[in-house]
Amino acid sequence: MASLGELERAVMDLLWAGQEAATANRLRDLLAQSTQAHGGSAGHVGKDLAVTTVLTVLSRLEKKGLVERERGTRPHRYQAVSSREDHTAELMHEVLGSAPDREAVLARFIGSVTESEAETLRKLLGHI
Amino acid sequence: MFWTSYFLAVLAIALAWPVPILLSRARWPARSPFTAMLLWQAIALAGGLSMIGAMLVYGLEPLGDNLLAGLNALAAMVLHNAPTTELGFWHIFALSAAALLTAHLLFTLLLTYYRIERQRRRHRELLALLASPSADGPRTVVISHDSPVAYCLPGGARSVTVLSDGLMSALEPAELRAVLDHENAHLDQRHHLLLWAFAAWRQALPWLPTTRLAQEAVNSLIEMLADDVALRTESKATLIKAIAIVASGPAPSPNAGSGFTGQIAPDVEAQPDGTTGGAGSALTTATRVSRLLSAEPPLSAAFRGLVLAACVLLLAVPTALLIVPGLLG
Repeated sequence: MASLGELERAVMDLLWAGQEAATANRLRDLLAQSTQAHGGSAGHVGKDLAVTTVLTVLSRLEKKGLVERERGTRPHRYQAVSSREDHTAELMHEVLGSAPDREAVLARFIGSVTESEAETLRKLLGHI
Repeated sequence: MFWTSYFLAVLAIALAWPVPILLSRARWPARSPFTAMLLWQAIALAGGLSMIGAMLVYGLEPLGDNLLAGLNALAAMVLHNAPTTELGFWHIFALSAAALLTAHLLFTLLLTYYRIERQRRRHRELLALLASPSADGPRTVVISHDSPVAYCLPGGARSVTVLSDGLMSALEPAELRAVLDHENAHLDQRHHLLLWAFAAWRQALPWLPTTRLAQEAVNSLIEMLADDVALRTESKATLIKAIAIVASGPAPSPNAGSGFTGQIAPDVEAQPDGTTGGAGSALTTATRVSRLLSAEPPLSAAFRGLVLAACVLLLAVPTALLIVPGLLG
């Protein structure tokens, strides 16, 4: 049996790849297909996946703010809140902050480098 | 009692203003970052201790000959609801200020911890979905992004180093090893704890400009410490080239930020108002590279011994002034 973490990842991959919202049944079928495509045993998602398990995974993802539910229809259809790229950008923004562009970094360095440092730098990089 | 509080106040002022300014301008910390790191910690701790101690001792002066006696008398006063006629307005003011400052410092420390932890948990959740394991190490994952970025996400057994696609394609294997050694050094030496403490120190006393100096110094010192670890296995040229590529590498998309090695995510220097140490990181990169280029020898053992003695004295003197008279009396 695949762990919830692995299932969350597999479900998000499907939602990010898919164009439109999907029901839990549809996601279960897609997960089973991808398992077979990987040759059954090699796949990390279990073959006999219950729809309730998929619903559990979806509600966990919903709680984390990654998945939203279309409430108008029955059964509910699920879709990703934002794209994989947007989430990556969110992480990168956290790491890099609102740091100035890299030219500022370079200008600052070039502005502060002394003659002897520049000489050493030329020597070091010349050897590579 | 009066002279103790007077001395502690002078010490607190010295440690809050001129001493950090002098240390932030000194050039020797780059030659022995570990020693400098100890000194910054001693200054912050002794500064806080003498600040609170001075107010406490002043406020308790009418109640006893020493701090312990004074505290006992105060506790008795509070517990038995006795009249506080012995204490003047300024004594009560000082005691309240001491209590408030202590609570404020502890509270900010906890609040900062909570904020960082929450941000890290969210970051880890997203990484679990976005990043794939890397062949370069057991605790290393790769995220699909064009900018050359490397950072570590501390979290005990779940600590992880994150590399971007852009970084992997820009660096030679040796340079990548240097970057990984650098990031792992951050995790092994628990640098996030230092960043946390100094971020909280700045958060608690934002009106004291030297808390910003301390935080910036600590940020750049941990980078130097991590660089020194990378230098044990990789050559100086490799490390410099890795830093240069990461700091100045081709920016593929116009809205990509500047990446540089050595980040500990999430950015604990980020202030609630959204400003980060962006300019500081540019300065840090420049300092790191010129430090590697100028190759000044490490500090002499004598000088390091002197600084260590200063650290011990900084912590011992205020503590002794506060406690020893009570133990002797």
